[in-house]
Amino acid sequence: MKLAPVIYHRANTLKEALHLLSDTPDAMVLAGGQSLMPMLNLRLAAPSHLIDINRLKELDHIREEGDFISMGAMTRQRTIEFSDLVAEKLPLLALAIRHVGHRQTRNRGTLGGSLCNLDPAAELALVACLYDGVMVVDKVEQNRCVPMSEFAMGFMSTALATDELLSAVRLAPWPAGHGYGFHEFARRQGDWAVVSVGVLMTLDASGKIERVAIALGGIASTPLRRPVAEAHLLGRAPKLDLLEAAAAPVDDIDALDDANAPAWYRLQLVRVLTRRALVDAARRAGAPL
Amino acid sequence: MTHPPQIIGRRARRQEDAALLQGAGRFVDDIPMPGALHAAFVRSPLAHARLGAIDIDAALALPGVVACYTPSAMASLLTQPRLPIAFPQGQLGPEAMPFVLPAAETCYVGEALVMIVAHSRSIAEDAVALVEIDYEELPALIDCREALDPQSPLACLADPIQLFKRFKVAYGDAAQAFKDAHTVVTVDLRQHRGAAHPIEGRGILVNPDQATGTLTVWASTQMSHELAHTLCKMLGLPETRVRVIAPDVGGAFGSKYLVYPEDVAVAAAAHVLKRPVKWIEDRREHFLSAIQEREQYWSVEAAVDSQGKLLGVRGQMVHDQGAFAPHSINVPYNSATSLPGPYILPAYELDVAVARTNKVPVIPIRGAGYPQGCFAMERLMDRVAHALKIDRGEVRLRNYIPRDRMPYPTPMVNRAGAPITYDSGDYAYCHETALAEADLPGFRQRQAQARSRGQYLGIGFAAAVKGTGRGPFESGTVRVSHDGRVSVFTGALAMGQGLATALGQICAQGLGVEIEDVDVICGDTSFVSLGMGGFASRQTVTAGSSVHLAALAVRDKAIKVAAAMLDEQPANLTIEKGLIHVPGKDGAGVPLADVAMRLRGLPGYAFPEGADAGLEATFHFRVDQLAYSNAFHVCEVDVDIETGFIRLTRYIAMHDSGKLINPMMVEGQIHGGIVHGIGNAMFEHMRYDEYGQPTTTTLADYLLPTATDIPNIEVLLHESPSPVNPLGVKGAGESGVLPVASSIASAIEDALAAYGVRIDEVPITPLCLLELINKANVR
Amino acid sequence: MSTSLSRIAVRVEINGRQYDQEVEHRQTLADFLRENLSLTGTHVGCEQGVCGSCTVLVDGISARACLMLAAQADSTKITTVEGLACDGALHPIQQAFWDKHSLQCGFCTPGILISLVELLQAEAEPTEAQIREVLSGHLCRCTGYQNIVAAALAAAARMREPAR
Repeated sequence: MKLAPVIYHRANTLKEALHLLSDTPDAMVLAGGQSLMPMLNLRLAAPSHLIDINRLKELDHIREEGDFISMGAMTRQRTIEFSDLVAEKLPLLALAIRHVGHRQTRNRGTLGGSLCNLDPAAELALVACLYDGVMVVDKVEQNRCVPMSEFAMGFMSTALATDELLSAVRLAPWPAGHGYGFHEFARRQGDWAVVSVGVLMTLDASGKIERVAIALGGIASTPLRRPVAEAHLLGRAPKLDLLEAAAAPVDDIDALDDANAPAWYRLQLVRVLTRRALVDAARRAGAPL
Repeated sequence: MTHPPQIIGRRARRQEDAALLQGAGRFVDDIPMPGALHAAFVRSPLAHARLGAIDIDAALALPGVVACYTPSAMASLLTQPRLPIAFPQGQLGPEAMPFVLPAAETCYVGEALVMIVAHSRSIAEDAVALVEIDYEELPALIDCREALDPQSPLACLADPIQLFKRFKVAYGDAAQAFKDAHTVVTVDLRQHRGAAHPIEGRGILVNPDQATGTLTVWASTQMSHELAHTLCKMLGLPETRVRVIAPDVGGAFGSKYLVYPEDVAVAAAAHVLKRPVKWIEDRREHFLSAIQEREQYWSVEAAVDSQGKLLGVRGQMVHDQGAFAPHSINVPYNSATSLPGPYILPAYELDVAVARTNKVPVIPIRGAGYPQGCFAMERLMDRVAHALKIDRGEVRLRNYIPRDRMPYPTPMVNRAGAPITYDSGDYAYCHETALAEADLPGFRQRQAQARSRGQYLGIGFAAAVKGTGRGPFESGTVRVSHDGRVSVFTGALAMGQGLATALGQICAQGLGVEIEDVDVICGDTSFVSLGMGGFASRQTVTAGSSVHLAALAVRDKAIKVAAAMLDEQPANLTIEKGLIHVPGKDGAGVPLADVAMRLRGLPGYAFPEGADAGLEATFHFRVDQLAYSNAFHVCEVDVDIETGFIRLTRYIAMHDSGKLINPMMVEGQIHGGIVHGIGNAMFEHMRYDEYGQPTTTTLADYLLPTATDIPNIEVLLHESPSPVNPLGVKGAGESGVLPVASSIASAIEDALAAYGVRIDEVPITPLCLLELINKANVR
Repeated sequence: MSTSLSRIAVRVEINGRQYDQEVEHRQTLADFLRENLSLTGTHVGCEQGVCGSCTVLVDGISARACLMLAAQADSTKITTVEGLACDGALHPIQQAFWDKHSLQCGFCTPGILISLVELLQAEAEPTEAQIREVLSGHLCRCTGYQNIVAAALAAAARMREPAR
């Protein structure tokens, strides 16, 4: 289908974008377009105005800022995929990004676009959750920091107000030598994940789990952390049966359910993928598995 | 006479490619037509409803809108409101055909109800959103099996039948066969709906040329002549005033083998508005209104003796035909008669119910119902093997029709009433050759090693037979021009299969010219008066034979005329590279161009003695018998038993498509057919909810195989020439589809033998597999 | 204040040629190429960014033309399939497609050629797995992808040969 009538605005600076956002009613932000344009092309979305922020160079960066890696919201997924800094400091992100769509969509798709769209299956949302990411949100003359756990509010809905723009994401890298694992189940290469799992892990000098983070995607309306499982693993040696036992409890999850992937299926997959991701993370952290 | 160089059989590069590779193809949406208006349709949002008042005022008032056609407005432009029947009189009633725009009742989600014509597609769609229609929702019949229940709702009140037809294919004494059986095996199978999804959707551009008074139509179609014929009939125009041209067609696979309501509506509007109008289907429309196929439920059993030899098969099949049956019962009839496949089957009885449902109508998609029949038979054969503890390959070898019994008359007739006789083929040879290539013993070793590592590999195989070259005829004209260029005209149509190259090779070989000297024009009704089009893997057989005979006729004629010019005996002459000469004798020779000039005639000058005018010939090769190609596929899989994920790790396809005109193109057809088969087997599921709402309406929901889902396909070729046409060829466009689902199902069952998993449904998805594994684990 | 009926000025370089055009607000890049400039080699197959038929290079990087607005093409350099051949000589990937029978109906072909050109520019020796991964962003309903993979390998080999 063709788009419904719409008025296009092009912002050249962040300031301009923020003013446009606050002054223009019924407007949507056009970033990479890989999620929004399909909806516009089907008239599933029909805002009166589009604000194109592709010229906002100030939102396209990957850099160290103190203890964080800061990535601008307009950073192309492709840039993340080929970034040496990400490969070195956020290796799980480097792994997960290759599952996001296809090369051709990663070329224009952005970090911010994916996070603001907040599809339950989005790998980038999972990563932000796993790293306890912080969202930098701007509006005219103001900005605020929102932890991912508060930013992701529900099914495809974020804490952004209509006059706010996500400008950057801050992730705190784990120490050098940490273990990481990422698994997703999809029907075909590049398809939306049915479920996905990310794990970060460090071992102490005696080889016991010192710190661990587990996040699940595609299982609920927003990515989920597993604090009970994480707590259960601390201070224990990462043996196969322990990791399997940590992956097993899923009954507390109110899983998404549809004809393509019923709840029982997602839960079964998530158990398997969590175990696999834990094993990968433990191995990479130096466990003799 | 020397033998001309072998052009038939050559892996010639295609003449179609140069333009396509450089973006210079001319698909229907590429045809320049300044001032063309654009059509869009209001489509039914309900599976079944009575239609009440239609308000188009707001739509008409939108700037840029030129016209809005409600069903009654459209009917006033047509000689009849329904499309004319496209099957033999009496087979089904005229109510099996859809309306162009229905006035009283809509019978499936997506059915076109109102047409808007505007200056742009965008504006037309804006207007579509402004049309208001009163719907009175009616109960819908969605599950075709419910059509057998007299209490279930009627899918179409205007034609209150639950079944389009109920028929039986039967021969031999099935009852006795089952009495005598040593063992009986049963399968209950389900195959889901799917669609063709060529990457280019449907499209039509109609230009009412005021200068010539001709309606010129470019259509992404598989049937130019049928389209022209239907438009003439529906618009009340004589044949000489409608011309249909098939431009480059971006794939079809059956979805363009129909004259659709949209085609007629657009032509009617163009004709009355005296403006060019075009409609280009978008992907969503293809999901909602382009024909679909595949959905059938089978419950069949096989009776065998102690050696696994077939005594008989019997059962029932319910076929989901959708809301209309524009091609009558072709698909279920093909499915029913294709079940016996390559086997000797002494008795057969299949009761078929063709159910009317509130879904998109069904006509053949690549494979044309044969994949379903093949799936049923091959699943039965695997069960027989399992029940009798005989190797799956051995049980098939015991049942194949042997080569020395060809041509083999089966006791069935095709829908034209002619006996289904397999013309040639060596099924056992293909089976054994492909399995040898697969190295079964080596696989078993790898399988055992993998199991010890917790990995589940499996191997499966299946055989299939496909009827090809459907008649009654196809047209072929070969004409030599005064400049020596050779033109081939045919009613056959190209849709990506390289038809022009194939016909060019046939003509070049038959006539004695180079491929580069031949121009092939397909599917333009102004060049040939009769034609049938591209479907049922028919065109190399039918058009190829016509072109072959025409080329030979032109050759003979040219040699006779040249013989008189050279004062030679015709028997001493040959044609090479367009030159008629005595082989080995340098110097004297007559170019074809000169003969063509002579046969053009010059008033007052002597005309070549005994010859008719013109260096051309036309044939409509008549054939009622099909040429039967066969295939044997072997598939290896790797199954993840924790997630149900299925990976295809190896695929061997042995095909016999008779004499091959261009083996490179045949391999391409086999690759493509197999990937369609993989789509059917693992990915494609056109879903409807219980209200008849389609729920998979984008290519993100309806999955087509991609390059990372397909292993390398190893193609092995065998040629059993067909005796039913002069070239000995058989069609190759569809046979790749047939054995895929069974090969994969068989391989998965082999991988999961320890779990006793049975695959009875396609597509086989990880979800289905995990369900089966979980059930087996519980047991 | 512009309305949706007004037009936007766009300056864009396509296949080495500069264009100054006026586009509708809601017009996609794919439709702009096809309708305004008659560059019909770029095809529209799904308008969802899934089939890949509309893939073009924007500033050297592959992108779905159906997922960009024409207005966004301002100040960019675009390469379409019409720009791959050079002075009448086919690009090695086009030549390889012809040799290996890598196209049948040709509708998905332009988008695939663009993606493969991008890959071949970045990778001198792409593996089959890399090629299939790039191709996974394209749907072909005719060829089964097999001969496309063969052509990509052949073109890469040809491009590695020293220039004569």
